[in-house]
Formats: sequence, C-alpha cells, structure tokens
Amino acid sequence: MRGIGALRDAPAMQTVRLYGLVAAGGFRRFSTYRAATAAGVFTNTVFGFILAYTFVALWHERPQLGGYDQAQALTFVWVGQALLAPAALLGFGFQEELQERIRSGDVAVDLYRPADLQLWWCAHDLGRAAFQLLGRGVVPMAVGALAFELALPAAAGTWLLFLLAVALGCLVSFAIRYLVGLAAFWLLDGQGINLLNSLVAMLLSGTLLPLTVFPGAFGDIAQALPWAAMLQVPADVLLGRHTGAGVAGALAFQAAWAVALLAAGRALQSVATRRVVVQGG
Amino acid sequence: MAEAAAGIRGYGLIVAMWVRTTMAYRLSFAMTALGNLLMTAADFAAIAIMFSHTDVLGGFTFAEVALLYGTTSTSLGLADLLLGNLDRIGRRIRDGTMDTLLVRPVPVFAQIAADRFALRRIGRVLQGLIVLVWSLTALDGVAWTPVAVLLVPVMVLAGAAIYGAVFTCGAAFQFWATDAAEVQNSFTYGGNTLTQYPPTIFSKELVRGVTFVVPLAFVNWLPALHVLGRDDPLGLPGWVDFASPLVAAACCALAGLAWRTGLRGYRSTGS
Repeated sequence: MRGIGALRDAPAMQTVRLYGLVAAGGFRRFSTYRAATAAGVFTNTVFGFILAYTFVALWHERPQLGGYDQAQALTFVWVGQALLAPAALLGFGFQEELQERIRSGDVAVDLYRPADLQLWWCAHDLGRAAFQLLGRGVVPMAVGALAFELALPAAAGTWLLFLLAVALGCLVSFAIRYLVGLAAFWLLDGQGINLLNSLVAMLLSGTLLPLTVFPGAFGDIAQALPWAAMLQVPADVLLGRHTGAGVAGALAFQAAWAVALLAAGRALQSVATRRVVVQGG
Repeated sequence: MAEAAAGIRGYGLIVAMWVRTTMAYRLSFAMTALGNLLMTAADFAAIAIMFSHTDVLGGFTFAEVALLYGTTSTSLGLADLLLGNLDRIGRRIRDGTMDTLLVRPVPVFAQIAADRFALRRIGRVLQGLIVLVWSLTALDGVAWTPVAVLLVPVMVLAGAAIYGAVFTCGAAFQFWATDAAEVQNSFTYGGNTLTQYPPTIFSKELVRGVTFVVPLAFVNWLPALHVLGRDDPLGLPGWVDFASPLVAAACCALAGLAWRTGLRGYRSTGS
C-alpha cells in the first residue's frame, strides 16, 4: 500500500531521476570517444606548455603582475587548460546541436516531450562537463604540476571550494550558451552568433590572460561580467586569493549570474516556443 | 600531371559551389567573416595587453613580435582557408560518406579539401596581413636589403605550405584514428601560437623539437630572425634562414606520401 506521502513525492522523485539519467547520458556519451579524449588531453597539454612559457617571459619582466607571482600565474594557465573543455571556455558546445534541431524543425518533437527543454540540455551539458573535468582536466593539470612550479593549495577544503566554483562556472557557461542556442529561432543559421559567442567567451573568461592583467576600467568591467565566473573566479578560489567571506562573495557572484542567465533563458524560451514555425513537411 | 589538373579543376568547381551556398546567407557570412577576423585578433589583443605592461618580451619589441605574429597567422590563415576542412575526413569515415567520394571522377584529396569550403576563413588571412603590414611600418632599425624584402613574402608562402602539409598529415592520421582530429590542432593552431612569440622565451628542447622534428621553426622564426638581424637561439648555420621553401617542399612531399598511404589502406566501415 502506498501512502499519500509517497504519491505526493513521486513526481518530484521522477523529475530528479529523469534529469539524473539525462546527465548520466551526457557523461557516458562523451566518455565513449576515447581517442578524441586522448587527443584533447594532448592538445590541452601542448597549449599549456606554450602559454606557460609566454607567462614565464611576461612575469620575468613584471613580477607580481595582476597580483600573481610566477607560480600563481602558471597555475592560472594550467587551470585554464583543465577547464577549457568542461567550462567550454572557447564557447563551443551543445548549442550547435540545439540550433540544428531548431533549423530542421526537430525541436518541435523536443517540445512535445514530457521534459523541459532547458532542464534537459542543462542536465546533459553538466553531465558532459563532469566527464570532461575528469577525462580532459586532470591529466593536463598533473603534467603542468610536474613540469612547472605551481601554487597549488594543500588544504582539502580549498579544493572542495574550487570544485564548487567550477560547477557554478559550468552552470553559467551553460546558461550563456543556451541563450546563444535559442537565438537560432530568429537567425536560423547560428554560425555568426556562435563565433561571436566564442570570441567573447575566450576574451572575457580570462583564457588568454587573467582578467586582473587587463588594463584599467576594461579589466574592472570584465571581472564583473558573467564570463569571469567561468575561469577567473574558480582559479582565484584555488589560488586562495579570496579568504573567509570573500570566498562566499565569489561563489555568490557566480550563483547570481547563473540564476539571472537561467531565468533569461527561460523567458527567451517561452517567447521562442510561442513562435515556433516548423520548416518543411 | 593530368591528374593534378583534374584535381585542381574539381577543387575549383566544388569551392565555387560552396561559395555560392555561403552567399545564400549574406548576413551570416558577413558576421562569420568578421567574427573570424575578431576571433583571431583576440590573441593579438592578448599580446598587446602583455606589451602594455612591458617593453620587451624575451628581448623582442612589440613590433618584432608583431612581425612574427603577422607572418605565421597569414600562413596559417591561407592553409586553413584552402585545406582546413581536411579534418572533416574522420567524420566522413565514421558515417560512411567517404565511400561516395571514392567513386566520383575527382581526386579524393581535392573533394575533401574543398568540402564545405568556408570562405569566412578569409577573416584570419586578413587579420594576419593587417598585423604584418603594421609591423613592417612600425619596425625600425631593420636593414631592408633586397634579400630581406623578398624573404617576407617567401616565408609567408612557405609557411602556408608547411601548415598545409601538417593539415594533410593530420587528415592522413585520421585514417587510423578517426576520432583524433584534435591532435593536429596542437601543431596547426598550437604551432601558430608558438611561433607568434619569439623563440628566446621557450626551452631549448622545445625549439629543437619544432626545428628538427615538426619543422614549424621554418614557418617564420628562422627567416624572420634573419630579417630582424638576430641570431637564432640554436646557433644554426646562416643558410638555414633561407631554407624554408626547401623544407616546405620536403614537408609537402612527405604529407603526400602519408596521404596516399592512408588512402590506400582505407577500409570502408560497411553499411
């Protein structure tokens, strides 16, 4: 005999289970391509070395630039390479698939499903991020730590906070790319907006250079924008640049952007689905 | 020779078709070409920010680094425009559409290279050229002998040929590892990032590796060091500064061999 409580809980549990399965599917989908993962690890490691040497040259000329010493700057490089795929720092990702489904009209089928479009893709993308953090993040970071003197924390708590910051950064990254994906309802061809998204993500996440090195007001503004949540904040948490309430503030900054952008995605989704026109027969 | 002519003709026809397709979405083309230009300009912005904090990097001035940047980026841009879509071959092998190409009366290499030809990649070429021209006006103290003047276009073209050979080797590699397209990014985009910076900032082992193993140093480092009147960090004999066209020819020959070997060993995945 099922109690009333069980009946009331069932839909909520089913929802959690559904999106949990979608996330697990995203994880497994990307774990299938082992050669691609190995290729990605190789490429991230090569870029890590190249960038690390340029940072050594720059910090040799300007020690303490941007508030980092050389070991911290090099840590920033390798954290950047480790998060490149999970947090989609170059802006590539699921949105191209979503755009293709919007262009072809397959999205109409997605909207019929008993699952929310945004939550579905969010679960899928976070599953992917989890795999890529393990599959593509750990090895480049370890190689970087062996080849260069990095400023990695000894405290387990800092690493946990770092992982939390990474998760929030991946959520912000998803929320931005979901908006980009939905733009296909109006543009149909997503190439242009994808490219602009990549450009902004690459520049404003700190992938090329830490945002603290950016000159004057440009640097201040860049650090307040959501892209800062993707790499700059997690790296600073790992480097212990925020302490006590500062850590909470940094995580709240990420969470606030995640909530705002996810809400914007939800609003745009409801506008877009009201104007779905299925192309073709 | 007849085969080469047929290949070039087929390549031209397929490219023309894709250009017409691209122009069906004019606004999107304009946005993507501009986006491409800005995207590649982002790493130059990073270099500019570096030089806002320092006057020299590895002993090189901003204008000198800009010369390195402009030459290698233009070279990569040309190779990427003409052959960049070779990396789609892995996908074609996986989904079986590779077989279609084998029965068409145009060399497979030409078909793959022209497949989905992306005119928007002209953005990278333009951005590289802009930086290159700026660096040539900003450099002072360079002795513009006729040899040095000639060396600039020669290094850009030889560099493009070397990158083209890398793209081809990467595509040939995918006959064995169909999912590993990303490895070649280490040598193309990675090589581009590497050679944007002066060789003096990298470890000797790395410089040796890209001189003797994957000869990216010949894309621009060695000829550009000659133009700038600087010694190369490995102390190689002077004539290597002019060896880029020869190295490029050797790379293309090797790449052609790799491609043919890969294609000959191709086994269809079946239905």
